[in-house]
Amino acid sequence: MGSQHLDFTANVTEALADRQLRANFKSALTGLMKKRVAVLPNAEEIERMRDDAEAAKRNALAKLPELLERLERKCTENGIIVHWAETTAEANDIILGIMRSHDATKLVKGKSMVSEEMHLNHFLETHGIEALETDLGEFIIQLNHEPPSHIIVPAVHKNRQQVGRIFADNLEGIPYTDVVEELNAIARKTLREKFRTGHVGLSGVNFAVAETGTLVLVENEGNGRMCTTVPPVHVAVMGLEKVVESLSDLPPLLRLLTASATGQLVTTYVNCITSPRKEGERDGPKEIHLVILDNGRSRMLADAQLRRTLQCIRCGTCLNHCPVYIRIGGHAYGSVYPGPIGKILTPQIDGLAEKGVLATASSLCNACEEVCPVRIPIPGIIRRMRTEAYDEKDDGVVKGHGAKKNLLETLVWKGWELTYRIPALNRFVVSMLGKFGDKLPNVGPLKAWTSVRTAPRFAPKSLHQLAKEEGIRHE
Amino acid sequence: MAHTFTYPRDVKTVYYFGTCLVDMSFPQAGMAGIHLLRRAGVEVVFPQEQSCCGQPAYNSGFLEEARAVARAQIKAFSKADWPIVVPSGSCAGMMRHHYPEMFANDPEYFDVRKFSERVFELGDFLHNALHVRYEDKGKPVKVTWHSSCHAMREMGATAAAKALIGQLSNVELVEIEREYECCGFGGTFSIKQPEISAAMVADKVEDIRATGASAILSGDCGCLMNIGGAMERTGVPVAPRHLAEFIWERING
Repeated sequence: MGSQHLDFTANVTEALADRQLRANFKSALTGLMKKRVAVLPNAEEIERMRDDAEAAKRNALAKLPELLERLERKCTENGIIVHWAETTAEANDIILGIMRSHDATKLVKGKSMVSEEMHLNHFLETHGIEALETDLGEFIIQLNHEPPSHIIVPAVHKNRQQVGRIFADNLEGIPYTDVVEELNAIARKTLREKFRTGHVGLSGVNFAVAETGTLVLVENEGNGRMCTTVPPVHVAVMGLEKVVESLSDLPPLLRLLTASATGQLVTTYVNCITSPRKEGERDGPKEIHLVILDNGRSRMLADAQLRRTLQCIRCGTCLNHCPVYIRIGGHAYGSVYPGPIGKILTPQIDGLAEKGVLATASSLCNACEEVCPVRIPIPGIIRRMRTEAYDEKDDGVVKGHGAKKNLLETLVWKGWELTYRIPALNRFVVSMLGKFGDKLPNVGPLKAWTSVRTAPRFAPKSLHQLAKEEGIRHE
Repeated sequence: MAHTFTYPRDVKTVYYFGTCLVDMSFPQAGMAGIHLLRRAGVEVVFPQEQSCCGQPAYNSGFLEEARAVARAQIKAFSKADWPIVVPSGSCAGMMRHHYPEMFANDPEYFDVRKFSERVFELGDFLHNALHVRYEDKGKPVKVTWHSSCHAMREMGATAAAKALIGQLSNVELVEIEREYECCGFGGTFSIKQPEISAAMVADKVEDIRATGASAILSGDCGCLMNIGGAMERTGVPVAPRHLAEFIWERING
């Protein structure tokens, strides 16, 4: 993970060969797509909500530095301690410091993709701190020592039989069952004890409201509320793009987030956290920290097109609708953020040399752009990743730009340009293909094509010729 | 992307952009498109200097090469401001939506945008601009339909294609499961990620087979070459047909 070498082709081969995995994804994601449509109103209304949600995020990004400062000021007034981290290493150190200042050795975690981006669990373990995932899906895969395969439903690649097996193998005294209610009861019983004994609770943040200094967290299992209220210390982590200007920005964002993510009108819990426990109050954490992470985000913010990556509200619906993700699943991407959003986010965070290959894993079908609640032009940014990967000039801005530049492809595309720019050359090449195209050696791209298809055929007479012969006017 | 285009009225002459793939491999489909336009009383002009919309390079990260080829097309269609009709939703989408993006920071931007606004997908144009009426002279047949992703999401051409098929009284249209899903072609995607592409087209072929249709119609030859090649390889007896060619045969008996 992280900056480790990614062998995407090997991952894809393995994922595609796993029939159970493909069946699990297809069934779960088809269900999520149907649920989304069921809770969204007519097309016109959806577009109006998308207008509002997109505007709220773009407005926030347009004045991000100012809003972040306002957020810090309001949070501080409210008694929340704000920390800034430029890198994931800094963020990890901040959290370790908080844990140590309380002599804490047990962290209970609500779901947080930023903490995955930081590889926080692994980092804390190396410092003798136990980090326990309490989101049901995260809990399942943590028991099985796996990373999430989806940003909303992290154990979506497991069916109930597999979950039953994981519980029976990893939890003491638990017999195998594949009854969903029994599985839920096992998880609840195990987790309640952990909440009770956790020293510090960690959560992500869906939206941070600059106007009021409010941290908004949506969830369905109540584990988020437990993590943020039961332990005496709460640490919230967020990427710096999570800030919105005012409370009035929230309704369209929340509505579209929950509809897109889980097909719900509203989540079971909507936590709005504004301050630690005050004098005379009987519950809530005594101390709240907010860690705001950059990790390459400022670099995205500086470019008008790439900035739109930061509009993402992590609903995961682009994953659910992606024909590539549906087939290869999340682990194949070898990255914290898989699917369409991962194809644009990961290369920008980890660099094109390491993760540029992810941008090739798209047919540019535009399904992601069609459903994105905040209208991120994902296919356009995928193209940008591809362009930057070959761009060694100084105008590249993504980390590792030019990493894929090579003589062969440069020459092939130069030849392509000449063939389609110069009419006489075009006529010659097309007529040659018509005569000898079926004798092309089965190597390179043609071999890839014919692995599952018959070879393309070339017509003896081109459309140019047929049109001319039929006397179609040509000017 | 939901688009509402303004369609020209009282069309007398149109330009025809055949696309590189039709030119090389599916010229009969290209000619059928010309015939359908002429049958609707429109004069068709086919500039011989035309070649490719530039999408292969644009989608592969070779922007300068794509721009050079795009400029050549814009020039080839510049002598008159007739509508430009394209027998492919994908190439039409490239010229309609991506040309202005490619030249957004150039002095020729406004000229490019004017060019782009003249670009229409063939089926969409026949139905929404020319309001064609067809009389089916063929035998009863069951067919299914596949929209290219760009015909559907960039050109909004799916409804028009189905309306045209619906005019053919002896043709039964059976919709395919997951009709909205990509067939796995994606231009250079199919050779850069051949395994993923293969998995996608295998599923598409299975869904097509399940309809029991004898032909799969589409307005895009890229998808047809992909789906047709995979069906031929696996022995699935469904004929891949371009919509224009299919209609031209039906109305001529």
